[in-house]
Amino acid sequence: MKKFLPFLVLILGLSVSNQSQADDLLMARTNRDFPEAMLKLQDSIRNHGYTVSRVQRVDIGLTHSGYVTDKYRVVFFGKADLVTRLSNNYPQLIPYLPFKIAIFAEGDETLIVAANPLQLTDKAYPELEPVMKKVERDMLEIFQAMRDD
Amino acid sequence: MRLSYQILSITLILAFFISQPTFAETNGAALYKENCAVCHGNQGKGGVGVPLALPDFQYAISDQFLERTIRNGRPGRVMPAFKNLSDAQIQAIVRHIRSWAPGKPIRHPSIEVSGDPAKGRNLYAKHCAACHGKNGKGGKGTGVTFSRPRDLPIIAPALNNQGFLYAASDQMIKATLMNGREGTPMVSYLKQGLSEQDINDVVSFIRSFEKQAPARITQEPDHDNLTVAYESPYGMKETIAALKRAIIGENFRIIRIQTLDNGLVKKAKEDHNKIIIYFCNFQLLNNALAVDPRVGLFLPCRITVVKRHGKVMVYALNPKRLSYLFNNDELNKLCDGMSEVYISIIEEATL
Ligand code: HEC
Ligand code: HEC
Repeated sequence: MKKFLPFLVLILGLSVSNQSQADDLLMARTNRDFPEAMLKLQDSIRNHGYTVSRVQRVDIGLTHSGYVTDKYRVVFFGKADLVTRLSNNYPQLIPYLPFKIAIFAEGDETLIVAANPLQLTDKAYPELEPVMKKVERDMLEIFQAMRDD
Repeated sequence: MRLSYQILSITLILAFFISQPTFAETNGAALYKENCAVCHGNQGKGGVGVPLALPDFQYAISDQFLERTIRNGRPGRVMPAFKNLSDAQIQAIVRHIRSWAPGKPIRHPSIEVSGDPAKGRNLYAKHCAACHGKNGKGGKGTGVTFSRPRDLPIIAPALNNQGFLYAASDQMIKATLMNGREGTPMVSYLKQGLSEQDINDVVSFIRSFEKQAPARITQEPDHDNLTVAYESPYGMKETIAALKRAIIGENFRIIRIQTLDNGLVKKAKEDHNKIIIYFCNFQLLNNALAVDPRVGLFLPCRITVVKRHGKVMVYALNPKRLSYLFNNDELNKLCDGMSEVYISIIEEATL
């Protein structure tokens, strides 16, 4: 029995995980309100080994200028060495670094949105693909964890 | 003997998982949560998408309307086409949506409505265009208004949309006009004083959109470059100063200037040869978020100045290249405009 167990687990793992498709735009909704969702998102990013480098307000100044809007932020994250390496070797990626996830309130629920990092790959640089695949895998997990609340 | 039982049971379990569409694959609730909830809400109350749970909507539409809408989406109106879901998965999602309004949906006879589209055009202009837009292009933005006040609590869908016209039968459109949808701005036009013949005329006019399909910008990424890159003839400091002037000259405000690795490394270790300038224009920002709240992902605007191999380079993302992500024609126009703004700022600063 023991001998078969790893095999069984593998099959189970495959059948559960093959549902994720390569979507260009990653999106998720969570039941949490904005402050709670923001905490969970940042924890989840850190737990995947990234540093949250900055939380940028997008609604900045909107309310001051008389527009009515709900909370909206972009969370930037990365790993220092990875961001340095990518920006040195692939300058076309510079505007997309560090990585980011947008988070905004919709009533008492919260949405997160990000572009799939696989879009930053380029046939001319095959060595980029595994790097971005790893980032994609981490982001898919972060998004799934938000959905699962 | 015991061993062979174990092997048998394992084989059976394996066979089950290999042959069966797995739980996750045909569990309508899970599939809905994964694919739809982000826009239509966990309980179908709407969001970036329109509500799906309302009884008046559910009773007026067929399963086929739902299936076709999911499979083909609404090109250019945010609602994606779910090409990768199997038929069984789509049916599971439909069953889940149906669970919100138990009861039998109306079965429309498949007869076409015959009316006079010319008369329908006038009625449309008078009664419908204010919400559904000229030529049925839909309201500004989509779905339900939660966070940002807009023209209506629910934005009227596009009626000239090929995805809508393919999914909706004449009788479904007619029933929507006759009965309206309680709980939405869409009222019964019978109660508004139109006759059944008037309504037939409007249905014929809507159907005529099929023949004058607006030429659609494809959903495929145009393989324009991901990034706009310019070489500056000036040093780092001068380039940044020139960019600031050009940004303000284009009616934007500077929000923040920082290094690329700010927050990733200690302050003293930051690389001052990679500088980000963030800037913004409130009206443009407000406009863009009303058209598609997801676009904040690429805001505020940003230009990055980098010194590499002795040259000063200026980089910006290419909004035109990214807009296809959103399946939103209205946003495409904004993004085209934004691409021009980026280029004109950078060209002015590096000339
Ligand atoms: C006050 C704004 C308003 C007016 C005026 C209006 N509608 Fe609507 N209409 C809506 C909204 C909002 C919806 C979406 C309702 C929902 O969420 O289910 C809608 C839905 C519809 C639908 C169903 C679309 C779909 O995707 O299922 C049709 C068809 C339609 N309207 C046709 C018309 C026609 C024809 C007229 C004029 C006779 C008209 N409407 C007038 C706001 C309006
Ligand atoms: C990215 C956002 C988004 C996602 C994801 C999405 N939709 Fe939609 N959906 C929309 C929008 C927006 C509309 C209305 C289009 C318009 O305004 O013209 C719509 C319209 C619809 C309609 C037509 C409603 C009507 O009144 O006729 C149905 C049905 C629907 N969606 C079902 C689904 C299902 C099921 C899923 C998941 C498989 C899904 N949608 C995923 C945004 C989305």
